[in-house]
Amino acid sequence: MIISLFSSTSVPSTDRLVLFFGQAMVVGAALLIALALVYFKKVGWLWKNWLTSLDHKKIGIMYLFVAGIMLLRGLADTVLLRFQQATSVGTSQGIISSNHYQQIFTAHGTMMIFFVAMGLVFGIINLILPLQIGSRDVAFPLLNNLSFWMYAAGAILINLSLVFGGEFAATGWLAYPPLSELQFSPGVGVDYWIWSIQIAGIGTLLSGINFITTILTKRAPGMSMMKMPVFVWSVLAAMTLVAAAFPILTVTLVLLTLDRTIGTHFFTTAGGGNAMMYVNLIWAWGHPEVYILILPAFGIYSEIVATFSRKRLFGYASMVYAILAITGLSFVVWLHHFFTMGAGANVNAFFGIMTMVIAIPTGLKVFNWLFTMYRGRINFASPMIWFIGFVITFSIGGAAGVMLGVPPIDFQLHNTLFLVAHFHTMIIGGALFGYFAGIAYWFPKVFGFKLDEKLGKIAAYLWIAGLICAFTPLYILGLMGATRRLDHYDASLGWQGLFIVAGVGVVIILAGVAVQSMMFYLAIKNRKKNLDTTGDPWNGRTLEWSTTSPAPVYNFAIIPTVSDRDEFFRRKQLGGILPRRKYAAIVMPNNSSFGIFMAGWALMFAFSVIWHYPPTMIVALLGVIGTFIVRTFDDTTTHIIPAAEIEAIENKRAGALV
Amino acid sequence: MTKISMLQNEIQKETETSLLGFWIYMMTDCIVFASLFAVFIVLRNNTAGGKAGSDLFSLSFILTETIILLTSSFTSGLALLAAQRSHLKQTVIWLCTTGLLGTSFLILELHEFTKFDHSGNSWRGSAFLSSYFTLVGTHGLHITIGLLWLFATLGYLYKKGLNEVSVRRITMFSIFWHFLDIVWIFIFSVVYLLGVI
Repeated sequence: MIISLFSSTSVPSTDRLVLFFGQAMVVGAALLIALALVYFKKVGWLWKNWLTSLDHKKIGIMYLFVAGIMLLRGLADTVLLRFQQATSVGTSQGIISSNHYQQIFTAHGTMMIFFVAMGLVFGIINLILPLQIGSRDVAFPLLNNLSFWMYAAGAILINLSLVFGGEFAATGWLAYPPLSELQFSPGVGVDYWIWSIQIAGIGTLLSGINFITTILTKRAPGMSMMKMPVFVWSVLAAMTLVAAAFPILTVTLVLLTLDRTIGTHFFTTAGGGNAMMYVNLIWAWGHPEVYILILPAFGIYSEIVATFSRKRLFGYASMVYAILAITGLSFVVWLHHFFTMGAGANVNAFFGIMTMVIAIPTGLKVFNWLFTMYRGRINFASPMIWFIGFVITFSIGGAAGVMLGVPPIDFQLHNTLFLVAHFHTMIIGGALFGYFAGIAYWFPKVFGFKLDEKLGKIAAYLWIAGLICAFTPLYILGLMGATRRLDHYDASLGWQGLFIVAGVGVVIILAGVAVQSMMFYLAIKNRKKNLDTTGDPWNGRTLEWSTTSPAPVYNFAIIPTVSDRDEFFRRKQLGGILPRRKYAAIVMPNNSSFGIFMAGWALMFAFSVIWHYPPTMIVALLGVIGTFIVRTFDDTTTHIIPAAEIEAIENKRAGALV
Repeated sequence: MTKISMLQNEIQKETETSLLGFWIYMMTDCIVFASLFAVFIVLRNNTAGGKAGSDLFSLSFILTETIILLTSSFTSGLALLAAQRSHLKQTVIWLCTTGLLGTSFLILELHEFTKFDHSGNSWRGSAFLSSYFTLVGTHGLHITIGLLWLFATLGYLYKKGLNEVSVRRITMFSIFWHFLDIVWIFIFSVVYLLGVI
């Protein structure tokens, strides 16, 4: 079908069928959604209430939605990879060709990091951060919408690779040259990889700037830096890393693009290029990126542990300094990703020691959480189950990380499944569990109805068990010398049993995902029965719980004045609800289609570069400039909600509380 | 508060946050250039048997470019001062001067690029040339975007005159333009001066 129009290299016949199904799936799903929208007359509603909305709460939900879809796609890849490794042994070649296998692990890594983890991080930050600092919105709502659409455009582009061209990069998720150079990867796969993360990355950078400014300028009166909730601190640190690291990614990807499209010699083997420089640059971004993912998760755990232990967080100040220490240190460890590349013993020693030093502030945080729980009246709700799973798996993964940080050990273990097991236990057990805990914790705040606690706990247990079952064999296999990205091995090695156990682990995780899907489905179906009328279902401590669930469009009718770290908890102890005051009118931003158009032009530009078609490239550039100019001449970007309307909304809320 | 005073109050608050956000953006752009400088320094001796900087650069030509750009930075500062004193005519004159100088700088730079290209020293030649064209070209791209921004601002001034929003935009433009000036001084020293030595 479409592949005949857009094809750069011949597709191996074994993969044609898979490819056809992939194309049919993407096209079919898109058509189905479009038809359903038209049939139910929801296009206008979707456009007005969601796509063009600048409300941070709606943008957050859209982030979570896209990230959820990408999570399912990434999981489908996982199943294929695990199945291949469990069956492709000896004379059996498994179900996928090695070329296709390489594309799948590349797509798996790229999607999970850039479109699942990043999507969930920014979704949760969008949903909660403005509420926690007592603000009506982020500093730049329009930019926020644009960031989301850049992220979505990247996600669309990575899926388009299935339909147009039918191939993705077969280079691993960081596309090291010279393999990713035109000479060795002549197809469009690497170009798809470059542009989908380039576009999403620029969106992330804009978000970073936006949230730093938001935290610095939009806090409620009285909320000094040391009165900010730890989640806010963790976001500030993560966004500082975004602002400092993502420009490096942008530059690195541009250089690789130039190598591939106009024949420069940055990373080529000929012409004086230096492939090592790419590896340095990409990890100078890549290592801070790991902390961009984990720090907000640390912040979420801090909120959850305090709330569910009914205690103030232990060691607030040390928590903050630990976050800042991690932020600083994360920029001086990147070389531990390539100890074996021959930088010399002294350089390796420095980066090895720095890597181990990071374990100190991280360990401090773990102890602070445990001390918060100590003598607390712990409520083992589902967020706490995720937290406990995190402490166990993160400690295992962290210990493995410190081992890998010792250069002589790394020389033995680099490029093996031990490393794969390490970073999966960190990213799933550390970051992803944190996001799931956060979703379970804040779901009632965001949607106004509660999730089923029992299903939530079952899902958490399944994920924890599945994670341990899937990755413990990989630690062992790595020690036995199994390299990563392996699509076939000899039967005499005796590895198959362990690979099958790992496969079982994935099945358990899939069961967890099924339970989660069930949980969301049932919650939406029975939402009328599970309404959160209080706005504070967990006996929360911070400001987000002081407004209704879901929060009104302006978040707070009267901006609260803060005098304590756990401001809302203090108020509840003082006797709760404030005396009624006179409401004032509120200025809120209007909806705008600016973000959709800009991201659309970016998508068009990227697509034109991938397929070397200058006319549409120029159209897209002119589109960007035109859209910008139209926006700068628009003076009606805000509207006023009159005091009477606010009073009506707030009275209705007071009625619900009684 | 009346409706208009409310909106004006909002615009003033917006100006403060916008300026802070813009400074943070400038820092990220700074890192873009820092990365490109690092790349250039690593690759500057990798000429792959082709021409080196000392064979190509003419310092007097670069000095002319530099003086033009520095002057444009000065005039953009004058435009900002005039805008802050609500002097529309002066603002427009200084902005136009800045635009004119910026355009001449760009033409000179493109002239140099095409000269190198015609003499067989394009970005395809060697890693040194690749990084040279990319670093200086990225600066040129920023200048181009700055000029587009400048013309859009002039259009806005023509239609709506001087108000809080246009002064804010001129302030941001001025920060951007001074930043490009500073980057150029680094390019002048690291690329051209060190290249000729």
